[in-house]
Amino acid sequence: MNSWKNIRDDFPILNQEANGHPLVYLDNAATTQKPRAVIDALSRFYERDNANVHRGLHTLSMRATAGYEGARARVAAFVNAAAPEEIVFTRGTTESINLVAASWGGANLKPGDVILLTEMEHHSNLVPWQLVAKRTGATLRFVPVNGDEGLLDLPSLDRLLTPEVKVFAFTHVSNTLGTINPAAALCARARNAGVVTVVDAAQSIGHMPVDVRAMDCDFLAFSGHKMAGVTGIGALYGRRALLDAMPPWQGGGGMIAHVDFLESRWKPAPERFEAGTPNFGDAVALGAACDYLDGLGRAEIQRHGAALGRRAYEVLSGIPGIRLLGPRGERAALVSFSFADVHAHDVVTFADQDGIALRGGHHCNQPLMKKLGLTGTTRASFFVYNTEKEIEVLAASLRRTVKFFRG
Amino acid sequence: MSSDLTDLYQHVILDHNRRPRNRGRIPTANRVAHGDNPTCGDQCSVFLRLEGDRIADISFDGSGCAISQASASLMTTQVKGKTAAEARALYDHFHDIVTTGREPEEISDVAAFAGVHAFPARIKCATLGWHAFLNALKDDPAPATTENTPD
Repeated sequence: MNSWKNIRDDFPILNQEANGHPLVYLDNAATTQKPRAVIDALSRFYERDNANVHRGLHTLSMRATAGYEGARARVAAFVNAAAPEEIVFTRGTTESINLVAASWGGANLKPGDVILLTEMEHHSNLVPWQLVAKRTGATLRFVPVNGDEGLLDLPSLDRLLTPEVKVFAFTHVSNTLGTINPAAALCARARNAGVVTVVDAAQSIGHMPVDVRAMDCDFLAFSGHKMAGVTGIGALYGRRALLDAMPPWQGGGGMIAHVDFLESRWKPAPERFEAGTPNFGDAVALGAACDYLDGLGRAEIQRHGAALGRRAYEVLSGIPGIRLLGPRGERAALVSFSFADVHAHDVVTFADQDGIALRGGHHCNQPLMKKLGLTGTTRASFFVYNTEKEIEVLAASLRRTVKFFRG
Repeated sequence: MSSDLTDLYQHVILDHNRRPRNRGRIPTANRVAHGDNPTCGDQCSVFLRLEGDRIADISFDGSGCAISQASASLMTTQVKGKTAAEARALYDHFHDIVTTGREPEEISDVAAFAGVHAFPARIKCATLGWHAFLNALKDDPAPATTENTPD
């Protein structure tokens, strides 16, 4: 068990000032900081074990292969997959969803079919489906969001799950609203309708227990860098029977069983979907990130994040003129808000001068922003090292900012 | 409040942000251009009444941060009544101020934008309205986007 007591000491980057103030890093939904254990695992791999995987017969290559496949098994255990073969390494959530859309979607969708999404999807769980819809003649349909409260209109789901629907792709946690969707219930209803499910777990994977078998999803996509891992690595979980039936989506070395001039045969999953030299160094670091988070306890991480999310909502709701988005009650470790008279980017610039890292804009959620009549919001998002004290620092800074603009 | 920040949000900028000049669509416009910054979602449309070579009337509309809205507002007051060549020279002057931070010798409201220089990420906010204006002047139907214009 890692210690929560001195947790900030685990993250070297936090020990600095920004613009003369102690750094208050509240942009964790964009990317989390990395603990020393992950940075060390990455250095150790390159200092000791680096060689190309799978093909080499020499010592280092065997060691690197063991590290890479060990990381796959570690990630599989992290999401409780039935086997390591159900984990395909990718560059991150976006590539994972593109893989499903291009490979599964390309092989299974036809004109008249419907792809069901929700109105709260990040562009990365929208645009890949737009692309495959264009290619296959399928159309898109959306589960509505009920306004600023940010909940999915679940009663409409049965009406929307018509026989034409072949796939339902939705986010587990909204990066803009902080909504936690009932993923297991959504998957169960889709399954009853014979619909394949794709869960975007980018915002949940580092913040709560994620169990693909309890959720009973068909695919689950996530990024390493949002769960204390490094950038450039992520994974796609896929139910084995589905992965094995899917065609490759990229060709090259590493994914072939046999190649001739005119035709080739593919390896089984997951190698079939990992053409080219894979990102084994970052995969090893991702395994270390899994160890770190499990060391803290994922249920404990969820409690910590939920408490900060609720606290931020409460504290910020006292700021005159603030419009808070997302559910009032149970929410993820983030808060998103706007002011009618102060633009998000001005808020972010002011906060930065107080050492606070926020994010302002449409959060890759343009259609949702349009629906809510917003051009953007400001978002504060939390991770394991954030404190209630930092929420107070944020609130004080926001109060100064709105006062400045209102004169 | 840091001095960099108060430089950035000088009185002139705050004033134009709170009370934008020439905002809305002028019905007599014979040139229209739209500018957008896809990175942050800022938008600005410029409506121009060009009579011969002279900017007889101008207005803007849009949404965005204080810098972008104040800059577009100030731009309309600067170029109204000027010839196209004079307006382009004003843009060059403005561009020089925001990218170098050099304040002009003469007293001028555009000097307020010198503070933008200290915040490189915000230079595109300050020039968005100007780019839309220049496109309207050229009668270029393509939207001005910060993705394919140098600052």
